[in-house]
Amino acid sequence: MFLQAILVTALILTAAKPILPDFLVRLPDVWIPPFADWLDVFFEFIRGDMDAGRWGLIYVTRWFADGPLEFMLGVTANILEGRHRWPYFENPLPWSSVAAVTVVLGYYLGGWRMALLAGGTMIWTALMGQWNITMQTVSVLLVAAPLGFAIGLVVGITAWKYRSFDNAIRPLLAVMQTLPFYTYLLPAVIFFKVGPTAGAIATTIYATPPMILMTTIGLRKVSPEVVEAGKMSGATRWQMLTKVFIPTARTEILVGVNQVIMLSLAMIVLTAFIGMPGLGATLLSSMNSFRLGRSLEIGITIVLLAIMLDQMSKAWVAKQPVHFERGTPWYLRHKHVVVALVLFSVFYVAAQFFDMLNDIGRRQSFSQAREIDALIKGFLALDVVKSITGTIRYVLNVWVLVPFRDALLWIPTSAFILFVVAFAYGVGGKRPALYALIFFSLVALSGWWDRSVITLYTVFAAVFLASLFGIPLGIVASRSERWSKRILMLCDTAQTFPSFVYLLPAIMLFGITDTTVVLSVVIYTMVPLTRYTIEGLRNVPPEMSEAADMSGATRWQKLTSVQLPLAVPTMAVGFNQAIMFAFFMVIIAAFIGTQDLGQELQRTLAGTDLGKNFVLGICVSLMALTFDMAILSWANRRKKALGL
Amino acid sequence: MQTDTPVISCRNAWKLFGPNPRQYLSQMPDGQSYNDILADGYIAGVKDVSLDVGKGEMLVIMGLSGSGKSTLVRCFSRLHDITGGTIEIDGQDIMALPEKGLIELRRSKMGMVFQSFGLLPHRTVLENVAFPLEMRGQDSHKRRERAMEVIKLVGLDGREGYFPRELSGGQQQRVGIARSLVIEPDIWFLDEPFSALDPLIRREMQDEFLRLQEMLGKTIVFITHDFDEALRLADRIAIMKDGAIEQCDTPDQIVLNPKTPYVLKFTEDVEKALVVHASALAKPLNGEAVEGTPIDGGMTIRQLARTLVNDPRENLPVADSSGTVTGVMSRKAALDLLMGPA
Repeated sequence: MFLQAILVTALILTAAKPILPDFLVRLPDVWIPPFADWLDVFFEFIRGDMDAGRWGLIYVTRWFADGPLEFMLGVTANILEGRHRWPYFENPLPWSSVAAVTVVLGYYLGGWRMALLAGGTMIWTALMGQWNITMQTVSVLLVAAPLGFAIGLVVGITAWKYRSFDNAIRPLLAVMQTLPFYTYLLPAVIFFKVGPTAGAIATTIYATPPMILMTTIGLRKVSPEVVEAGKMSGATRWQMLTKVFIPTARTEILVGVNQVIMLSLAMIVLTAFIGMPGLGATLLSSMNSFRLGRSLEIGITIVLLAIMLDQMSKAWVAKQPVHFERGTPWYLRHKHVVVALVLFSVFYVAAQFFDMLNDIGRRQSFSQAREIDALIKGFLALDVVKSITGTIRYVLNVWVLVPFRDALLWIPTSAFILFVVAFAYGVGGKRPALYALIFFSLVALSGWWDRSVITLYTVFAAVFLASLFGIPLGIVASRSERWSKRILMLCDTAQTFPSFVYLLPAIMLFGITDTTVVLSVVIYTMVPLTRYTIEGLRNVPPEMSEAADMSGATRWQKLTSVQLPLAVPTMAVGFNQAIMFAFFMVIIAAFIGTQDLGQELQRTLAGTDLGKNFVLGICVSLMALTFDMAILSWANRRKKALGL
Repeated sequence: MQTDTPVISCRNAWKLFGPNPRQYLSQMPDGQSYNDILADGYIAGVKDVSLDVGKGEMLVIMGLSGSGKSTLVRCFSRLHDITGGTIEIDGQDIMALPEKGLIELRRSKMGMVFQSFGLLPHRTVLENVAFPLEMRGQDSHKRRERAMEVIKLVGLDGREGYFPRELSGGQQQRVGIARSLVIEPDIWFLDEPFSALDPLIRREMQDEFLRLQEMLGKTIVFITHDFDEALRLADRIAIMKDGAIEQCDTPDQIVLNPKTPYVLKFTEDVEKALVVHASALAKPLNGEAVEGTPIDGGMTIRQLARTLVNDPRENLPVADSSGTVTGVMSRKAALDLLMGPA
């Protein structure tokens, strides 16, 4: 009843738009509170002012940036790419030495397959003449990821120990995970100086939340008997934590490590927007100047690096300690360390004689950027290709995107909010509906309504298009064991790619246009949609499928009346993830040129407009959270109802 | 084997779970039943339990799941804090112990074995067994030496470098047992140690356990939900229901004189002749003289079956382990027990 009432009101408001009082169509400007100014005052207060000598947070952050952080970044940068700071190296380490150690590490963690992957990645990077920019990225990663790990572990332990602290940070973490990355960048720049320090900090903050959650989950999961065994052994509290809880929660903590590494990589690439050198910056500038060949090569490097880091850290999660027979000599017990040291030294010495092993400059590299560039551009210039991409663009724009966008923009604000509330109520129930009302009202009050609606439109359009392709793909793939596995592996791999990379194929096909934005989001969001469709269908209990078979159901009947209804809750989780991914991607794609919140956000990066930056970021976060809460609460309820 | 000073002495112990248990207990009228308490929103894990465990005694706590047996044993070791009453270990009130004293007590006097073993997955057998010693801060050489001794004792030598996941269930529990014994505890708690094992392995482990107990002579509190296991191992059995002890007695007495209908239900299907010893059926002499060779009071009626059938005497003298005649047993009563009343 309530649901119908809201819907009818919303419809009436929409229909009555011409005669509606203005404030119901769009909030008048005078009603909009200056949130940005208030936030600025607040930030100004906690920041302090170094020039005026007013004490504040900036004293602490600047000290940290100039002291320990700068130092750590200096060390890694120096070792890997050769800057002249402590420890003083005349030259950075030869690439072949670094590669050798990585290969041994890969072998130790995951056998020959992993060694091959590590070796391939390293050699590709060096041969393409990208070693230096890759090491610029890696040197920051080597500081940011451990920092994120340490902070996440400590905060996670605290949250596990004190329930009230946990309850306090949960909503904060939820917001942090939906906040667009631009909102991480500006505060980092303001508090931690432009350059690698700000990049490292933004990366750390962005990558930490999952580590916190995984640590807390892992510690909670330690079996009560193991805890009691520890207590009965007379362990003190500290001994309990360090010798019982943390080692027993190893798996979850390492899963957290994997996520920290992957999110760090994704973010470091994006810190290109605040001028951090490395893979991201080079990719950004190549894309901006439409050098497709070089973009493609860098994209491949980033993807290889991502797969390597993901696979290696996952292998670490799965790695179980193995016992040695009594009397095994030390060099066999530590054979990997020994081999790594030997290879490192061999290549280090060899690199002094053979320059190719030391450093492959851009001139000697095997990069084919120019040729590839010509090839792609030639291909795009073909009449057939041109007409196909042109048609797709035309149909998408004229028939789908523009009408949809205009329709959304036409709906009065009041009606729009009610529609969202009705959706949240129908799907999630009372609480999500209440949050939807509060959150979207806040978005309306922020004064960025039109841009928010455009952001939403891109998200909806992209997820809709992605569903059209992703869900049928998942259904078809789930019919055979082999294809399910293949597609799932593909999805898992694709999910590790830094989001930035997804822009590449779209740009290659459609150049720098708004169709590109939608298409890159479509590709990006297809991954979770397909993945969860397969997972949902494959996890239907076999006895239920068998019951359907024995009832004489055809394949289609079985799919529609048994498998899909049981898979829908899982698919909803995928749908939700697709929406979250879409919000993220839409904002990134802003640099191509959109009219949404991302565009405004990106503009704030140039200045020091923290207040505005936050207002915009929070708008994105509030919209994302609204859908997140409604859909997940539906999925959970449904799962319970189905007894899954 | 019992002596007079109890090692564990438990007086009117209560353990309530709920929002404000202490206050609730202090205001609670006497004679509240388990369900009365439940209706008030509290769960009586342990309900007014008074119990002594003597030195060297093996007390088996028996009950179905949820009867509070595990809770009671966790109160003895103060893994749970009791809500009311007192529990003394060697005359010391454990609720009065500060954290340090409690840790000291566990490091020196107590060992515990768990149903699902509670082994640390990242440590080898040796490191698991040596864990309590490591907590005490013993140096690694001594630790290793002592741990190896215990590992040999439970028959796991050669496996000390293995990780728990590389062992079978029975072997894992041997590690658990070794760990609980490594500090040479006076009191040994075993919480359903063999429940997670296959029946055959269970039997083997029970034998192993009896062998160890014969060697070590510890004070033992053993928990089980398996009545046969209880009868096989116990000096005394305490049967629990809804947090309270229904009856605490020797196996013979439990089988012969069940005090409550609940206990009776357990004993109904038991082959009594296998459990009851001649001494339990013997009546005092009252100055009467008895003649003929006495039978051994330590034998079960089943073991005496042939004698009972062949011996024509109406009343048989019963002797204790030193050979002194302590009582007289009616042959008819024993035969009734063996074959059922005529």
